[in-house]
Amino acid sequence: MKAANANGAETGPTEDFVTVHVDGVLFGLAIERVHDVFVPSGVTPVPLAPREIVGLLNLRGRVVTALCLRRRLGMAPSEARDDAGVNDRGMAIGLEQGGETFALIVDGVGEVLKLGGDTRESVPINLDSRWRDLTICVHRLEGRLLVVLDVDALLNFGSKDARGARGAEAA
Amino acid sequence: MDDLLREFLTESAEHLDTVDTELVRFEQDPNNETILRNIFRLVHTIKGTCGFLGLPRLEALAHAAETLMGRFRDGMPVSSASVTLILATLDRLKAILADLDATGSEPTGSDSDLIEALEHMAEVGGEPVAAAAPEPVAPPAPPEIVLPEPVSRELKPGEVTLDDLEAAFLAAPGPDEMAFAPLEAPAPAPKPEPAKAAPVAAEPVRAETPKAEAPKAETPHPATEGEASPSNKVQTIRVNVDTLEHLMTMVSELVLTRNQLLEIARRHEDSAYKVPLQRLSHVTAELQEGVMKTRMQPIGNAWQKLPRVVRDLSAELGKQIELVMLGAETELDRQVLEVIKDPLTHMVRNSADHGLESTAQRVAAGKPARGTIRLSAFHEGGTITIEIADDGKGLDLAAIRRKAVERGLASQADVDRMTDAQAAKFIFHAGFSTAAAVTSVSGRGVGMDVVKTNIETIGGVIDIATQAGRGTVFTIKIPLTLAIVAALIVRAGENRFALPQVAVLELVRVGANAQPVEHINGSPVLRLRERLLPIVSLSGLLGADTVAEATGFVVVAQVGRQRFGILVDEVFHTEEIVVKPMSAKLRHIPLFAGNTILGDGAVVLIVDPNGVANQVAQGTQASAGQAETDAAEAEMTEATTTLLVFKGGGGGFKAVPLSLVTRLEEIECEKVEWPGGRPLIQYRGRLMPLVPADDGIAIRTEGRQALVVFSDGERAMGLVVDEIVDIVEERLDIEIAAERSDLIGSAVLRGRATDIINIAHFLPMAYDDWARGPRKSQKDVSTLLLVDDSAFFRDMLSPVLKAAGFQVVTAAGADEALATLHADQRISVVVTDIEMPGRTGFDLVAAMRGEGGRFAGMPVIGLTGSVGAEAVERARALAITDLVAKFDRSGLVAALGEIDASAEDALSRAA
Repeated sequence: MKAANANGAETGPTEDFVTVHVDGVLFGLAIERVHDVFVPSGVTPVPLAPREIVGLLNLRGRVVTALCLRRRLGMAPSEARDDAGVNDRGMAIGLEQGGETFALIVDGVGEVLKLGGDTRESVPINLDSRWRDLTICVHRLEGRLLVVLDVDALLNFGSKDARGARGAEAA
Repeated sequence: MDDLLREFLTESAEHLDTVDTELVRFEQDPNNETILRNIFRLVHTIKGTCGFLGLPRLEALAHAAETLMGRFRDGMPVSSASVTLILATLDRLKAILADLDATGSEPTGSDSDLIEALEHMAEVGGEPVAAAAPEPVAPPAPPEIVLPEPVSRELKPGEVTLDDLEAAFLAAPGPDEMAFAPLEAPAPAPKPEPAKAAPVAAEPVRAETPKAEAPKAETPHPATEGEASPSNKVQTIRVNVDTLEHLMTMVSELVLTRNQLLEIARRHEDSAYKVPLQRLSHVTAELQEGVMKTRMQPIGNAWQKLPRVVRDLSAELGKQIELVMLGAETELDRQVLEVIKDPLTHMVRNSADHGLESTAQRVAAGKPARGTIRLSAFHEGGTITIEIADDGKGLDLAAIRRKAVERGLASQADVDRMTDAQAAKFIFHAGFSTAAAVTSVSGRGVGMDVVKTNIETIGGVIDIATQAGRGTVFTIKIPLTLAIVAALIVRAGENRFALPQVAVLELVRVGANAQPVEHINGSPVLRLRERLLPIVSLSGLLGADTVAEATGFVVVAQVGRQRFGILVDEVFHTEEIVVKPMSAKLRHIPLFAGNTILGDGAVVLIVDPNGVANQVAQGTQASAGQAETDAAEAEMTEATTTLLVFKGGGGGFKAVPLSLVTRLEEIECEKVEWPGGRPLIQYRGRLMPLVPADDGIAIRTEGRQALVVFSDGERAMGLVVDEIVDIVEERLDIEIAAERSDLIGSAVLRGRATDIINIAHFLPMAYDDWARGPRKSQKDVSTLLLVDDSAFFRDMLSPVLKAAGFQVVTAAGADEALATLHADQRISVVVTDIEMPGRTGFDLVAAMRGEGGRFAGMPVIGLTGSVGAEAVERARALAITDLVAKFDRSGLVAALGEIDASAEDALSRAA
């Protein structure tokens, strides 16, 4: 799945990324994968669900599974709000995979960046393995780094069944 | 592939299916001209169309089949062989069509084998049949060319009405020779040859139609409206399924929007909205119903292939099978229909293969040689019930239980505790087959799990009722439609959930001011009309901490035969909800069937009653009680035992069958006397010895002491226990403890390991002579055979019978009993359980009486759970001396006493 994204990257000299941030860390998401940016509201928690899933929400008549990027990356829960606080603050990025829509909950959404290959670096090998699996590359920006996330890898979690089904789809 | 060909494929497939069914009917009723005409017409239509479309292989085959059928019509006797041949031809046609569908062109290959056989078959009248048309170079079908269309629809501009066409056809000269069907184009005789000509000859319609048709339009085919099937007159229209699906989605959204509006209106007291909103609501409801109706199809569509399947199986398996189909007109959503089609076929195959015995076995069992599979469908509230019943041998539950243990699906203890209905459900496990031999039809253990999965994916439930020797009934309950369901909106904790109304029986308010929820060892139960209902708390199931004090509502739900209550905090209202599937990430959670958007825009989860039922039964939740089962199922559970649970030494739980207990007492400790170092109390004017239930129990010296009193005749004994805990009724599965004589063994009762005490051990401790059978000591000891499938009862009753002065020999089943009877000449009395798996007590006695000799008059006492009139009747017919309720010890001893007395009388008379 990484390969697919990498191929997409090579088609042009520059790539567009939607930037989002969690705990001050800047992340980039390939713009063609981002369908929506919206303020999540009315999230219905799903009991017994995997930890990463915050709940379900209604996005213009569609039921969307909300996924917390913070929890997905295993980052410390923010002290400002508790686990259920996604309704209060934060933004959501609408992503699609396998005909399903997901909402990636982040702290905030920044500008869209057009980045070329010159600032691109491969993933540092000393990164936490969880991060390494979810990251495509890192871009050196002025004063900070942009971690480009692999959307498919991000959405590839949960039950073993789901993973198996996804693998089958990919094949 | 062009539309024309696509249309042809769809239609031909339908026609062939109909022909299949009709042929089987025809075979059974060869004199029915209507059926023959119908078959003939359909095959003919296929043949004609193939000619148009340039499909020589299909055409040649269809032609040959048609010719043979023409012979039938001319009076040739219909033989099974010829029907088989035609069916084979149809299969070939289907295969070619499938190829055509896949590749867009007719596959190459030769059908000369079939064609020759068909021709040979048709040779009876000596009329040579024209050889199949030599592979003609078919002209590409001009776009105007019409397709036979058994249905009609509203006219497009430029089209003519059916009646006009019909009139035109009537006026047109044609090769028709069937006076009764002037619109038919039968052509039974040798067919005019080259393909170019064939369309004209075969399909008179064509000659007239091009000018009447809009280009590429599907034309109503009047020929199909022949009087052979007047019901076809109903004006129908063929609509693309996608169109319907889209319409359905739109209506679903409309329903949602209406719900939202209603919700807003509920909040605002503005009456200006009310009237139009009501109208909108009304119209939406009707629209929804209307669209739903377009998706409805008679279930008969899913059954269409079955007569053929059964016929083939019947031949393959050498069984005579009759398929009875009731309620084929019952309609259900096409989506649902699609899903259940294959499972139904599979189950019918299973019934034919496994369910029904071979003809020889049936005759031997005194059943009609012809086995019956009855398929019925009917509406029941918002669900449709489908039953597949056979009158075969029933499921081999013993084998299923054994197999379940072998395959590690359940422990022996679990399996023994299960009711028959529960055990039967093992057949739904993947790879589970008890068939001794794998046949081509079934026995590979593939399928029943798929059946169950398919049915459950559409929110259906499947149940099995089986009776040895009488057959098996599978009951499938499925919702009429999947898209929109009525659901009860409830609150549990902070969230709302939707509960499908189908599963909801009633609502009961519980709590401080209403009916209280009671607890047995922490498991909540509710008294509901003199029955106990196990309760699960929804928030508890979902992982929240449950509050000790249960208030709110209990939603009484039923899934299959399992009835249980779901405790929720609040019940709002019923709403029509559009079921949206769960995200792939969440589908593994068994408690949810999907989610939906409510009128207020909030997303709520739809609770899956099946999932809850499973949780209730598994008792994974601490508070989950034992699932209450229906009366019907309760009847099938033979061996539930009521046990008195008490605390013995060391805080452990012990139990004794309640039937053995005379009374429970609490005595003042001061009243215990110790003459000669043995504890006694004065009890009802007599002295009663006290025996501790465990070495660890010391008789208290102050306060009150709990006693379990056992008595036998004049004697009574007090068993000293720490505390009386509970009375439970459960299926007993006892692990026999070998080394301790004071225990029979241990069992799991209400989730606790409990020792079952052996009263026979304690009685002699109270009275030295108790076990020696004082009343019988003067007589010769007679030998008694005790037959009971339950080891527990054998162990329980043996000491009682020994105490009554018998030598006891035991057997675990009818077969073993017969063998023992033959082997042990001393046996003079038989005490047998009536309800045993496999051969019952009645069967045993029947076998004994049948053998004659000393068995013919041997006294038999039957033990039965329930003494019904029918059982008494049967017992009398088998000369069973007495029927005694299973736990009635004194009744049993009395009955044995009478036998002895009469035997003595007989002896003295003889002397």
